[in-house]
Amino acid sequence: MAVLDGISYAALVFLVSVGLSLIFGVLRVVNVAHGSLYAFGAYLAATLSLVIAQVSPWLTYPALLVASIVIGFVCGGFIERFLLRPLYGRDDVLQLLITFAAFMIMDNLQRLIWGVQPIFAAEPLKLLPNISVFGVNYTSYQVILLPGVAVATLFGLRYFLRKTLAGAVILAVTEDREASTAIGIDAQRVYSITFIIGASLAALGGALASPTTSLVPGMGADMIVLSFAVAATAGLGQIEGTALTALMIGLTRAFVIYLQPEFEVLVPYLLMVLVLLVRPFGLFGTLQMRKI
Amino acid sequence: MAARSTQVKNGEIQMLLLKAAVAAGLVITAFTGAALAQSKPPEIKIGITTFLSGPASVFGVPAKAAAEMIAEDLNKKGGIGGVPVKLSFIDEGAGGEALVSNYRRMVQDEKVDVTFASISSGSCNQLVPVAEDLKVMNFMWDCGAASILETKKYRYNFRTQANGTPEMLAVLVYLLKTKPDFKTIAVVNQDYAWGRESWEIFSTALKALKPDVQVLAELFPKFGAPDYSTEVSRLLALRPDVVLTTSWGGDLDTLVRQAGQRGLLQQSTFVLGIGESSIQRLGKDLPEGLIVGARGDHWFLHPEKKNDPAFKAFAEAFKAKTGAWPIYPVYHMAQAFTALQAAYDKAIKANGGNWPTREQVVDATSGTEFATGFGRPVTLRPEDNQGLEAQLVGVTKSFPGYDFKLLDNMMIFDPKVITNPAGVRSVEWLKTLKPEFVKMDVPTFKQ
Repeated sequence: MAVLDGISYAALVFLVSVGLSLIFGVLRVVNVAHGSLYAFGAYLAATLSLVIAQVSPWLTYPALLVASIVIGFVCGGFIERFLLRPLYGRDDVLQLLITFAAFMIMDNLQRLIWGVQPIFAAEPLKLLPNISVFGVNYTSYQVILLPGVAVATLFGLRYFLRKTLAGAVILAVTEDREASTAIGIDAQRVYSITFIIGASLAALGGALASPTTSLVPGMGADMIVLSFAVAATAGLGQIEGTALTALMIGLTRAFVIYLQPEFEVLVPYLLMVLVLLVRPFGLFGTLQMRKI
Repeated sequence: MAARSTQVKNGEIQMLLLKAAVAAGLVITAFTGAALAQSKPPEIKIGITTFLSGPASVFGVPAKAAAEMIAEDLNKKGGIGGVPVKLSFIDEGAGGEALVSNYRRMVQDEKVDVTFASISSGSCNQLVPVAEDLKVMNFMWDCGAASILETKKYRYNFRTQANGTPEMLAVLVYLLKTKPDFKTIAVVNQDYAWGRESWEIFSTALKALKPDVQVLAELFPKFGAPDYSTEVSRLLALRPDVVLTTSWGGDLDTLVRQAGQRGLLQQSTFVLGIGESSIQRLGKDLPEGLIVGARGDHWFLHPEKKNDPAFKAFAEAFKAKTGAWPIYPVYHMAQAFTALQAAYDKAIKANGGNWPTREQVVDATSGTEFATGFGRPVTLRPEDNQGLEAQLVGVTKSFPGYDFKLLDNMMIFDPKVITNPAGVRSVEWLKTLKPEFVKMDVPTFKQ
């Protein structure tokens, strides 16, 4: 039973962390505002779901996707274009500070737009039946749909980066920006697109979480810490590593809750410490961290 | 001639002296009067700490709205002793260091006359000694940790509401009175001071009142955890008769919904220790039959008050302003204001109708009984400045006209019976309780 709980938790963590990792891999930006994108995705998805459910509950699924893309394009696009672009090539600390400022501003905006009372929109989850495993009920949303989306994202990203032309372009810019610019690739555009994809993944994590959890002020801050821990353990920029680490954290967390619940909070950080002690660049990381 | 003129002169002198005496008297009276009028301040400054950010703002923001409403209403009626009140707020969500320095600034630079601090027991732990050092009167208006006033006697700090001990004990006694036959229990509390301390109170009392109950699981998920699926799986597998949670805010909403979706709420009797504040948000997701505590006798349909015009008017005004019926932090805020008014009124009376000094107000606050009109009166116990506040506990039930569950079969517990005596630590007192304690007579009210 703990395995199923672990997998569903890992799926959400993976979606958010892989976006963070992707952005770092290509742009070399540690995006602190990633947690806010997660929260915005969740809030917008819940708002759209609540409205669209009046028409048809099944339309709430497209609403989740629409919310992720809108947040990815609007918020992600804005952050990349107006906050990060002027800073490329400058000190890393500046990027860290500016994304932290974006996080603070978005946190306030979130309260301004959606208030402080918890919001909940469980429509998509209620549409799917429960399934019983060894006499314990599970929602199929959490044990089938969420892991399904995570696996699809993992393979989708792999396929996109390794088999498509656009992916090859992104990899080229990641490997050597100067050389790729010399052969006519618009590196700036690649950065924008990658950031929007990463931001959309954070928002997708939030949107998919929205039917299962209460949306409250501060939810973004928690997720940013967790996704940093996952991305760092995996090795920044490592997609498969992120998936494996998220799974490790999810499963370990579930087993710990069963066996020694007091240690639940420590799980991601203990794993991070253990891994980084042995492999300082993360499970899959290398000294050349820009590879994805 | 000379003698007569001397006589006249003497008479004139006497008249002059008399006039001078009268004039001097008048001048003194006038000056003294002016001096007294001047000592009445232009306003009473109240500094309030409340959560304006972070997850706890689900309590802090409605409380701020309530404070503003109450202050406006108070000032319309002439203020306290004819002096209007002025509010300033500090965000408790800014963290410990910032909170303490902001608090000092508020007391020393803004020169507030009184502070209402705080929601979180963590904040109270930090600010109570500071208030004592700064000699500013402080009302712990919402924090629940019983230990704060049990470990030290304070002069300037008062708690204008109950603490975790009567709050948890009332819920437990309600459970034991209504479901006396349960054999097993599990707890899912937030992993921080309140979650831990409320379970310590509950479990200590449970051991004393019903020693045969087996505790199947003690789960303390992270504060603000977004996912309880593993906890729910474990409870579904363990099948406890009763599940207690003292969580609140988004955490409680998430737990209840995730448990409900997977049938756990039907499998076990759920006890929401301080669930009153979540009822409206949970709406249809909250099933019938859950035991809900209210952290005081707070309920917008209070059985003893619901027909009172002022009670109804306040609830409706609050709903119009914020979109929701008042929840317990709103009423706790009202208690702090009423306590302040009662203390000033008492101090003014004791001072012969003149404006009291700060120390006189502090003296008057001790032992004050005050009634907000929103629940039963509260007494500030003089021995330890702890508020004695009644506790309301009920069970959820559907009623027509409401799209959320209401409380039914409510019991209102007498605070004197369920609060530990002054000078005895809560946990020590709870250990001395006997199973007969549950047989106490408590009135039950239908919705």
